[in-house]
Amino acid sequence: MIPSLPTLKETPSQTAGPYVHIGLIPHQAGFDIFERNFSNVLVTPRTRGERIRIEGRIFDGAGAPSRDVLVEIWQANAAGRYDHPADRQESKDVDPTFRGWGRTGTDFHTGLYTFETIKPGAVAGRHGHKPMAPHVNLWLAARGINIGLATRMYFSDEEEANAADPVLNIIEQPARRETLIARREERRGEVVYVFDIHLQGERETVFFDV
Amino acid sequence: MDTDTGEFMQRDRGIHPPAFTPTYKTSVLRSPRIPLWSLQNSLSEVTGPTFRREELGSLDNDLILNYAKDGEPIGERTIVHGHVLDENGRGVPNTLVEVWQANAGGRYRHVNDRYLAPIDPNFGGCGRTLTDGKGYYYFRTVKPGAYPFRNFVNSWRPAHIHFSIFGSGFAQRLITQMYFEGDPLIRNDVIAGTIPDADAIQRLVARLDMSAAIPLDCLAYRFDIILRGRRSTLFENKLQGS
Repeated sequence: MIPSLPTLKETPSQTAGPYVHIGLIPHQAGFDIFERNFSNVLVTPRTRGERIRIEGRIFDGAGAPSRDVLVEIWQANAAGRYDHPADRQESKDVDPTFRGWGRTGTDFHTGLYTFETIKPGAVAGRHGHKPMAPHVNLWLAARGINIGLATRMYFSDEEEANAADPVLNIIEQPARRETLIARREERRGEVVYVFDIHLQGERETVFFDV
Repeated sequence: MDTDTGEFMQRDRGIHPPAFTPTYKTSVLRSPRIPLWSLQNSLSEVTGPTFRREELGSLDNDLILNYAKDGEPIGERTIVHGHVLDENGRGVPNTLVEVWQANAGGRYRHVNDRYLAPIDPNFGGCGRTLTDGKGYYYFRTVKPGAYPFRNFVNSWRPAHIHFSIFGSGFAQRLITQMYFEGDPLIRNDVIAGTIPDADAIQRLVARLDMSAAIPLDCLAYRFDIILRGRRSTLFENKLQGS
């Protein structure tokens, strides 16, 4: 079958605006409306994998933390498999307790965002490419952001896998690859990965056109 | 042919607003200045979260009732409905559609909104639904009011409803705004004006749809949403693991 030419055009993006919380994280807007809410906690007690916290700030071009940004993450489970029918890595198990998606807003005062999740496993790369190092996909939307920004977070303690990662390696400047590496810390027995994002400026984070 | 697992066609960024739109002042310090790195899709982009009907409440798509406390919200009773399709014209089934908006007076229920128009005690201003098996969705609400915002001293937003849509893969993720046919504020709106293509702006304008209006009860507007399409994978190796 010859594929037909696309006849429809994608709906244009618009900024999420300053009140994105109302629709997507109403508790942060200041009210309670839905019985079940989506959140920044991706794990249940039965989820398999190493518990981690991801936290960071999102800086604007003046170096100030942006305090009204919607942050969503999408990641594979501890075995490196996504909970989605397009992932057919049959040698890896789906974890029924792990959707792999969460959302939050940067704090109105501190600008911090956090996620409670597990460290994902490595995921198969494109055909003929090496596996992708463990990573978390992030998507940002906010006032002043006209179209959602996609980036990835990699892990500082995965140096070998990162060095072979087919995505990190397409980034020409090694210094820019560093903008995608979260720093591992241990605090009172908790594993925290600190991932600050710079929307512009000298340390502008790598964003992807996916 | 797989319709929900293949790679996505390249996004046509010419119909979207660029990151840096100085007339919309907030974008100036929040816009990346280095070109985006183009990434061929991997499993990380062709997959995305799925949601189940039982995660939503029965009134989640009814903004007239989902925050009603001691009566119903003030405003023009309005149905907003349409199809979520992909660029290939296929319905996008079972995908999460979330909306939020100001009340009929143009005030948001949000700790940071200080506009002098009053909060409506019976209106939350958000809703969500999953598209049906053919990609169709509907909400019931009251028509939002226009409101001022601090861009220029006298900047006003046309009446609009914010939409968040997932699609079947994370690369389809989209947030946009829906406007109402005939609103004279659209013409000078700074936010709609970030879109460089006048035809593209028109695709955000919902049309009055008398066929879906309920006589003596409720008007209706039609708003179809198009997400990126997946391309055919003829003569090509499939993504590893997909």
